Amino acid sequence: MQILGLSKRDSTFLLIVIALTLLTPILIQPFPVGSGLNTFNAGYPDLMQKIAIFGIFAIGFNILFGLTGYLSFGHAAFLGIGSYSTVWMYKLLDYNVLWGLPLAIIVSGLFALVIGFISLRRSGIYFSILTLAFAQMMYNLAYSVLTPITNGETGLQVYESDPQVLLGANEPSSPHLFGIVMRENFWTPKIGGWEFTFNNGYYFTAIIAIIVFYLSLRIFRSPFGLMLRAIKTNQTRLNYTGINTRPYTLAAFVISGMYAGLAGGLLAAMDPLAGAERMQWTASGEVVLMVILGGAGTLMGPVLGAAFIKYLENIFSKINDSVLHGWFAWMPDGLEDFLIGVSHFFVGKSWHLTSGLMFMLVVIFLPGGLVEGGQRIKALFKKKRTSGDDGAGTEAQPTAAE
Amino acid sequence: MGILEVKNVGKRFGGLQALSDVNLSVQENSVHAIIGPNGAGKSTLLNCFVGKLIPDTGSVMFNGQSLLGLKPHQINQLGVSRVFQTPEIFSDLNVMENVMISCFAKRDGAFRLHPFETVSHETDIVEQAEQILIDVNMIDKRHMNAASMSRGDKRRLEMAMCLVQEPKLLLLDEPTAGMARADTNNTIDLLKEIKEKRDITMAIIEHDMHVVFSLADRITVLAQGTPLVEDTPENIKGHPKVKEAYLGEAA
Amino acid sequence: MDAIILQILNGLDKGSAYALIALGLTLIFGTLGVVNFAHGALFMIGAFVAVTLQRIFNLSTEHVDPTKTDFLGNPLKVKVPYVESWFGPEVGAALIDWSVPIAIVLAIPVMLLVGFVMERGLIKHFYKRPHADQILVTFGLAIVLQELVKYFFGANPIQTGAPDAFSGSMDFGVLLGFDPNTIMYPYWRLVYFLFAAIVIGGVFAFLQFTTFGMVVRAGMADRETVGLLGINIDKRFTIMFGLAAAVAGVAGVMYTPILAPNYHMGMDFLVLSFVVVVVGGMGSLPGAVAAGFLLGILQSFASMNEIKSLIPGIDQVIIYLVAILILLTRPRGLLGRAGVMEE
Ligand SMILES: Nc1ncnc2c1ncn2[C@@H]1O[C@H](COP(=O)(O)OP(=O)(O)OP(=O)(O)O)[C@@H](O)[C@H]1O
Ligand SMILES: [Mg+2]
Repeated sequence: MQILGLSKRDSTFLLIVIALTLLTPILIQPFPVGSGLNTFNAGYPDLMQKIAIFGIFAIGFNILFGLTGYLSFGHAAFLGIGSYSTVWMYKLLDYNVLWGLPLAIIVSGLFALVIGFISLRRSGIYFSILTLAFAQMMYNLAYSVLTPITNGETGLQVYESDPQVLLGANEPSSPHLFGIVMRENFWTPKIGGWEFTFNNGYYFTAIIAIIVFYLSLRIFRSPFGLMLRAIKTNQTRLNYTGINTRPYTLAAFVISGMYAGLAGGLLAAMDPLAGAERMQWTASGEVVLMVILGGAGTLMGPVLGAAFIKYLENIFSKINDSVLHGWFAWMPDGLEDFLIGVSHFFVGKSWHLTSGLMFMLVVIFLPGGLVEGGQRIKALFKKKRTSGDDGAGTEAQPTAAE
Repeated sequence: MGILEVKNVGKRFGGLQALSDVNLSVQENSVHAIIGPNGAGKSTLLNCFVGKLIPDTGSVMFNGQSLLGLKPHQINQLGVSRVFQTPEIFSDLNVMENVMISCFAKRDGAFRLHPFETVSHETDIVEQAEQILIDVNMIDKRHMNAASMSRGDKRRLEMAMCLVQEPKLLLLDEPTAGMARADTNNTIDLLKEIKEKRDITMAIIEHDMHVVFSLADRITVLAQGTPLVEDTPENIKGHPKVKEAYLGEAA
Repeated sequence: MDAIILQILNGLDKGSAYALIALGLTLIFGTLGVVNFAHGALFMIGAFVAVTLQRIFNLSTEHVDPTKTDFLGNPLKVKVPYVESWFGPEVGAALIDWSVPIAIVLAIPVMLLVGFVMERGLIKHFYKRPHADQILVTFGLAIVLQELVKYFFGANPIQTGAPDAFSGSMDFGVLLGFDPNTIMYPYWRLVYFLFAAIVIGGVFAFLQFTTFGMVVRAGMADRETVGLLGINIDKRFTIMFGLAAAVAGVAGVMYTPILAPNYHMGMDFLVLSFVVVVVGGMGSLPGAVAAGFLLGILQSFASMNEIKSLIPGIDQVIIYLVAILILLTRPRGLLGRAGVMEE
């Protein structure tokens, strides 16, 4: 079966992705609510939305970094711009996300065009520093002179006094799409000990995520995507083959900036707030981390990375002393205390330590990320079969670590 | 008037005068070999043709148009392709993709935003790429990763990438270096065939005299950045100045 | 005029810190070819060595002093630091007072060790990996180090004072013939600047006048050739990494009275130091020092009210703005060599 102009293999792939996305509220809620394993459930709207949104961010970033190899350390700026644009639409028009999201994409795209045009004049680390410098400038300005636009440290939010010219009499007072309120759940079934939450906001983001995933799939398979991959491996050859690489990298930069803007807009669609901390360079670092962890240059990698990080972040920060006591209660006291003491390094507020370590381990041992890990496992099982791959896949080749 | 007219080209690297007063005229549909000892400035001269270097003095005209100041991709789009001394290929991509990039560059120009077309649906491009791989005898390697090939194969791949563009002028910098004898002979045959069938003008740098004398219509001998003589292969063979240049360098 | 001199002075101490961190960064890059995002963390570790030493000196025994009473008339509990009970009150108090400078003695071996472990344990394996991988793994390491510090020392800044002898300010203006109180400059900042100048001078002298330094410089220029001479360049580079770590560490130690150490100071300084390195030219030692001071001074000028009212927000962005301008007009930075980090 072939759909939407995709090859057979890609069609199946897309269908699987769609199924996984739509079933997420069930898949990541595998344990009964009352059980001891409830800590590992993740089927709440807030977390699922975050996974989808950062998935979008990472998919876009991957088009730039994964394909062309240009490492931007400033993409969080576009995330922030997307959020600000969307909240401004709430303030001026009304809470319908229909106005804010397109604006988020357009404005961040324009910023990306200017920043990309300048930064792409350099490559390698010089490019990284240029993007970092732009993002830091915007972050600093958002906190200082741009306060009239960004509302400084308080963050931009909607006030009673805002014009909201389109606001109707019965309109919901939180983000919605033609009356479908994002924060509401449309179905909360309880089956035995299990409880599931089907949330408007999640499905809204999930559908957008599927669409942008499909677009990225098309880009990967297109001549444009081929050129981007060629840029990563040998720009010199490309130039002597008659290709002007600058507009290609710029296009990739703008596309990834628009993805980031969309993600930022969606963040504001889930929670009508925008703050400058979203633009800090550590936030840019986070999306790099997601893409690398999942597997740069692969299709699924960025989504996996985003899901993995957001999931672990949530779970690890939730684990506190009483949870730990619950787990280790059966052990002798001394050992229990010791294990809890050790765990303190990694859970609760120390989640960042775990993520830093994980990040190092991945870069050291698995430069291709989770996708490469999966492929290695698959290769172990398939060892006897002859390698008859048709080579159409764009998954990163495992690079031998020394 | 040759298709490539080089007048008084000079290039200096700090204290080293790499090229001085180079005059050269490459006739259309001929094979022009440039030979000379190591460090004579042969690659530097080629770099001045493709936009990698801008000469300090002189002019380079291609088909009546000056190449000076043009970017590499612009020069390529005019119809000048180059095979490098050390193979420049897309080593992360497979052989087929390597060649298809050249096909796209030929068809779509320096830039075209086509994010929603699909490479595998571009049947004309695929056919074109397969045809050239058949021509250079690499069709069975089309799904191989370019990085994992032998040096000779990389060179042939690079040549295929240039040939598929059907350039008016093909610049080859030591195309057979690092090849086994058999591969070298295949390459000679391939280049001969191209010369006859495709009306491509070639400028070729080569140390292997067997290659030079099998292909060249005219030969320029470069030594210490200046052309010593330019003549037909027969006349070059016994030329005293040529011997001197090579022996002087060796001693 | 006096305002200008004041701003130059104000820029010196920040510039000194940038220069010291950038010096190590660019040294590591020039010798090992490694982009080390964990270098800011080394600066932070140095600062926390000073914090630790101060805490050690302040470890006290508590006992009731019968001769004193508190305001309710009860006998007063007094804390006596061990160092005071061991070395006598005067020496002990002096030790506590001078704990920051003394911490340098502790910081040097600690930082050399940290640098050595980092290089042998992690960085070594990344020599041949792409720069992006180096950035990422050291970025991860920086996060780990910063979180460890946060775990042990908490999230709040820890005040760490300079010795009392340097607590005041110097009336710098009088020296230059201005009216009193026009140019006041805290003594410790002056100390920091002099200290930085000595360290920078020391590093340059070391590289310039010792055989070791000569080999390292030759290796920076052309690693392969030096390797061919049969010189074990790797071993020397390991030592260079330790040296760079020590420079960053002592820079952190001495900075504690200027900025109360906190766990994210490493990251804050890292970003700026990286900008400094790139502006100076990757791999150029004089470039790093010059750019460090240049950016430090520019930043303090931009914070002048006159300038801020002229161009609002300039103080927030000046460093980045300059970095962008320099990178666009001089692709290799102020003093960088051609071809570095550009394929
Ligand atoms: N970018 C450069 N900067 C400085 N010197 C250069 C540069 N490129 C080439 N040279 C020098 O110019 C001289 C000519 O070099 P070139 O590569 O053109 O020689 P060649 O004739 O191609 O030699 P070979 O047969 O070894 O390829 C050499 O001495 C070389 O070192
Ligand atoms: Mg050459």
